[in-house]
Amino acid sequence: MHIVQIIGIGLTATILAALLREQMPSFATLVSLFAGVLILLLVVRSISGALAAFQQLTATAQMNPMFLQTLIRILGIAYVVEFAADIARDAGESALGGRIELAGKIGIVLLALPIFKDVLDVIVRMIP
Amino acid sequence: MSPEIRDLFRIFAVGFIAAIFHTVLKQSGKEDFAHWATLAGLVAVFVIVIGYVDHLYHEITSVFLLQ
Repeated sequence: MHIVQIIGIGLTATILAALLREQMPSFATLVSLFAGVLILLLVVRSISGALAAFQQLTATAQMNPMFLQTLIRILGIAYVVEFAADIARDAGESALGGRIELAGKIGIVLLALPIFKDVLDVIVRMIP
Repeated sequence: MSPEIRDLFRIFAVGFIAAIFHTVLKQSGKEDFAHWATLAGLVAVFVIVIGYVDHLYHEITSVFLLQ
């Protein structure tokens, strides 16, 4: 991860967006959206290495790979939803940002339900 | 300068030129032209940004196993 490059992109985009904000707020929103996409692209590329290491660890521990897969999916949904909601909130549409976050929360609950069911099954089996 | 940074400055340039066009056309009394110029600039920028958003979407769906 090129931290200096990310900081450079962020600061440059901040200055450019601040220059455009008074005259053309829509262009300023697009500049910040673009910079956000660039930074997220750089971060996602480096996060895949960490995720592969975790998958190897679960394979060594002989855990069910379904748990880690669900966890990774929830992580992805959380990142994307927060990104989109922040963009909406920056453009002054905080209600829309709240709706996007609601959709993300429901998606996470739907993904987590099978794990919750597994836990409940274990508890029910322990009860004599 | 990498192509991504060049695109960032390109978006800023289009926005800046659109702002100048908007001001000049508004002062000469052609408000409808001013709005059309702004809309054209916005569409041009949107085309650039949408390509990158699509790229990010594909990358995230492959890294985070979302189908």
